[in-house]
Amino acid sequence: MSAPVDPPPPALPAPFDRWFAARGWTPRPHQLALLAAARAGRSALLIAPTGAGKTLAGFLPTLVEVGERRSGDPQRSPRTLSPSPPVGEGGERPEGASRVRGDTATLRLDPSPGPSLRSGPPSPTRGEGSGSVRGGGLHTLYVSPLKALAVDIARNLEQPVAEMGLPVRIETRTGDTPPSRRQRQRRDPPDILLTTPEQLALLLASADAPYLFGDLRRVVLDELHALVTSKRGDLLSLGLARLFALAPGLTTVGLSATVAEPHDLARVLVPQRPGETHAAEIVQVGGGAAPIVEMLDTAERLPWAGHSALHALAEIYAMIGRHRTTLVFVNTRSQAEMLFQALWRINDDGHAIALHHGSLDVAQRRKVEAAMGEGRLRAVVCTSSLDLGIDWGDVDLVINVGAPKGASRLTQRIGRANHRLDEPSRAVLVPANRFEVLECRAAIEAVAENAQDTPPLRTGALDVLAQHVLGRACAGPFAADDLFCEVRSAAPYAALSRESFDAVVDFVATGGYALKAYERFAKIRRGRDGHWRISHPQVAQRYRLNVGTIVEEPMIKIRLVPSRGAAARGPSGALLRGGRVLGEVEEYFVETLVPGDTFVFAGEVLRYETLVENEAYVSRATAADPKVPAYMGGKFPLSTYLAARVRDLIATPAAWPRLTGQVHEWLDLQRLRSRVPKAGDLLVETFPRADKHYLVCYPFEGRLAHQTLGMLLTRRLERARLRPLGFVANEYALAVWGLGDLSLAVTQGRLSLADLFAEDMLGDDLEAWLAESALMKRTFRQCAVIAGLIERRSGGAEKSRRQVTISTDLVYDVLRKHQPDHLLLRAARAEAATGLLDIRRLGLLLSRVRGRIVHEPLPRVSPLAVPVMLEIGREPVHGEASEALLAEAEADLVREAMG
Amino acid sequence: MEGIRRESAAVRDARTISPAAADGGATDGGAAAVAGTTLVVAGVPLVADLSGALWWPARRTLVVADLHLEKGSACAVRGALLPPFDTAETLERLAWVIGFYDPTRVIALGDSFHDGEGADRLATENRAHLGALQSGRDWVWIAGNHDPEPARAVGGRFVDTLVDGPLLFRHEPSAASPATGSLAAAVGEIAGHLHPCARIVQRGRSLTRRCFATDGRRLVMPAFGAYTGGLSVRHRAFARVFGGDAFTTHLIGDSRLYTVPAVRCIA
Repeated sequence: MSAPVDPPPPALPAPFDRWFAARGWTPRPHQLALLAAARAGRSALLIAPTGAGKTLAGFLPTLVEVGERRSGDPQRSPRTLSPSPPVGEGGERPEGASRVRGDTATLRLDPSPGPSLRSGPPSPTRGEGSGSVRGGGLHTLYVSPLKALAVDIARNLEQPVAEMGLPVRIETRTGDTPPSRRQRQRRDPPDILLTTPEQLALLLASADAPYLFGDLRRVVLDELHALVTSKRGDLLSLGLARLFALAPGLTTVGLSATVAEPHDLARVLVPQRPGETHAAEIVQVGGGAAPIVEMLDTAERLPWAGHSALHALAEIYAMIGRHRTTLVFVNTRSQAEMLFQALWRINDDGHAIALHHGSLDVAQRRKVEAAMGEGRLRAVVCTSSLDLGIDWGDVDLVINVGAPKGASRLTQRIGRANHRLDEPSRAVLVPANRFEVLECRAAIEAVAENAQDTPPLRTGALDVLAQHVLGRACAGPFAADDLFCEVRSAAPYAALSRESFDAVVDFVATGGYALKAYERFAKIRRGRDGHWRISHPQVAQRYRLNVGTIVEEPMIKIRLVPSRGAAARGPSGALLRGGRVLGEVEEYFVETLVPGDTFVFAGEVLRYETLVENEAYVSRATAADPKVPAYMGGKFPLSTYLAARVRDLIATPAAWPRLTGQVHEWLDLQRLRSRVPKAGDLLVETFPRADKHYLVCYPFEGRLAHQTLGMLLTRRLERARLRPLGFVANEYALAVWGLGDLSLAVTQGRLSLADLFAEDMLGDDLEAWLAESALMKRTFRQCAVIAGLIERRSGGAEKSRRQVTISTDLVYDVLRKHQPDHLLLRAARAEAATGLLDIRRLGLLLSRVRGRIVHEPLPRVSPLAVPVMLEIGREPVHGEASEALLAEAEADLVREAMG
Repeated sequence: MEGIRRESAAVRDARTISPAAADGGATDGGAAAVAGTTLVVAGVPLVADLSGALWWPARRTLVVADLHLEKGSACAVRGALLPPFDTAETLERLAWVIGFYDPTRVIALGDSFHDGEGADRLATENRAHLGALQSGRDWVWIAGNHDPEPARAVGGRFVDTLVDGPLLFRHEPSAASPATGSLAAAVGEIAGHLHPCARIVQRGRSLTRRCFATDGRRLVMPAFGAYTGGLSVRHRAFARVFGGDAFTTHLIGDSRLYTVPAVRCIA
């Protein structure tokens, strides 16, 4: 698969040679391979572990090219040709120069080395208005998923550029860039622009796009593996297709961590043609030293369920004490809060331990990141907010608390430690319960084999395409035939049908309704020349306010106020004096709070007081047993690959000794009391408990797919008159309970498990459930916002998200009834297949277990069932119980009234 | 099209439970749902219907609030191309409840059209449907803040308020006297405007439903229109109307209404 990395190295221009030599470095083979590919006009995908000098490899061709072109240009202003500043002579390294790691030469474009780097010599800039060989547009565009990453890369790129005296101007453009600078960037673009997918979409939607990008030579896509898994990747690939149309000579460079299907990823980087597959050249750098990954074999009793891992608290604390800097990864923000609290309670040594997750106030996060960069922290408890990009010099241990979820994810987290190719990273996995021991063992073995389970390439979403089509019209008139070809050249849209494309254009124009009511209000119109144009300049203004594919959960600000007793209350009852904002939580979490409830947030126990507009007022509390935020944020499902390994592990008793003693014993007991399912089988246990009857099955397909399965099974049991009452799901299992005797129903032949789990549940039952599903409505809302049906901002002021939520639910109901095949409903269904409802995976599960269901009627709960049974009462109970809950609320009143 | 027809039939089936409710009796089996709830406002027995409409049996009068017809097209004028089916949907619901009670008089409590031009934008078939519903009935359009002027080219009579016996029908509920909290002037007032909805938290789940809000002296009705959102009954606007939180909400569930005191609801 990998391209040969051993052609005769292309000679580096003199300033580069000198610069490398002055540091005693030589360029790495993959850096030269990328240079060779660029010189031959080929696009390339560089797959390398962190620490391999990926970023320099990505930019080297650009630096060389711009440098050469400038020096070969007789009209150059002498100022920009000034010789290199006197650095690096005699082997001296100027203060703040990039560090050398190991003995091979890698330029580390390391964002963390501290202020010295930032105060380095200013980079020489191209004189404004000076003659230039190219037409004046950009030479190289760099796109990163994180704004902060773009800014850091720019800062660190300026260092070598300054040291080599290269006449290269580098600038960033993010949401934070002031308008004056954006204006100037369009008039007088830099050589290299670093930006994000959203900003690229905005630039492409302007009339300046042909000028800006007409001479574009190269696009560098950083963290490509992370970008392509979401709708942002769809948007980016459409933007890339546009860039190829504007600048046909363009080549691309993708930078990626190791992925399962490199060839698929390589397709994203080049234009596709109907019936053909094109891919960029792949340059793969072998992983450095194999990481050392261990699982904590706790001396404590291992919990049956739960995710806090508090049993191992003392052991985690001790590990922190034995290392210089430790990153403690957890899966959800609530786990982060809980663990952080717990660590501080036992922090007798006063270690500097910090907290970092996506809900914290930005200023707070930046403080933690800065302290980390300066080496002032002993440990950071964090979520995936620290998964990507920016790296932190001196981490020597990664602790992963809870389930690893996926092999590739774990590999990337481990890579955060000891960022040097030639030294092994060290990581310790801390399972929080018995099932997680299985998952940790499976993950450790997968990492050792360097197995990858990154998700497959997406099929481009239609809502994103709608946004792109409108953006295209904002840039200028287009012909539908041309745009269709262009869109299909983007890998995720290579299989798009003309019919779908036309439906998208129709949607953009007039909403795409069967009832042609909105011709008068069309956003885009086709002129006599057959070209589509926006109908009014306002359309472009509104497009610019609503660009992007990130539709956040509606969030509520958490504001600290004095406790209720101390607060002055006005006649309206809600006059609390506002204090500082601690951060934000999802609206649906706040909705489950009743005034007086306590929860942990930003490392404090807080008491919910009241909701005022879009802010939740809270006060400090000292509750012994706080209710912890059950954030959605960061709940990734167990990867399909790892799930299969876990099933294999359970099915293979010979492998059990590799697990911890407690877990081995637990599985032995399961074999005795019930049975251990074979790898391909689905074990279904039924048993009575108290006055109810339970059905527990073990698909190992992740919580989302299990929840959907639970909803559908409940409907079917209802029809079979087995009176189901509710269900609860975790990553591994699903438990449904009700009043009917399930064991008896199966043995008497009244209930067929094969029918119960038959794939046809994905037909009518699914449709009926989707009509009411809150998750589906949430999915629809995201599609509606991305496609531009609902605006998140109009005229600058962000619309209250509360309002948006209400109206999209109503719109969903009406649209579903009157035009069930509408484009947005199709988009929402496609999204539900892999998103919050994970229907695709449920479908795979049902077909996988067809004819392989093993029923075990039991007199009592089995050892394997205990963990999921313990979730009852901790997790919200699902089921179609809304009406029952309303009746309950009414009954409360009656009870109160009757004393 | 097939799907649409099937769905309407299903709705009809579900609602045929209503007659029992209206008659105050139970259907076979004893466990039959009671779809409507009888409220007494200013001494007058009224039925809060599952559809969100109010039925005054003694006067054979049906009352609906805040239809907001043509809200979808009003948004389209401003550039948001929402599905243009809301008027048809609202009229369909209205047709059902009219067909069920067969009222001699229908009172629309204001904000019947989302804006002053709403009636002009009615699609031909919707205009015809509305005309058919009005035919043979006294149809009263109360003025609302969205539609203060009489609409052109639709039937019915246009009034600011309507008094019938002990009841006063108006769009916006009057505020309780700020000094005394006295409601004397407003007893018997039936109003809309506020789009009341109630949110309860039960077993860690949050449920929000449209509702009727009453303290026995006056009533605020839920919005009837397909695109109308809701305002929590814990919003201060309701405290102004009822002079505090001593009122009751009747939440509209799937097959019946649920009675919950306002203090039990969450903002």
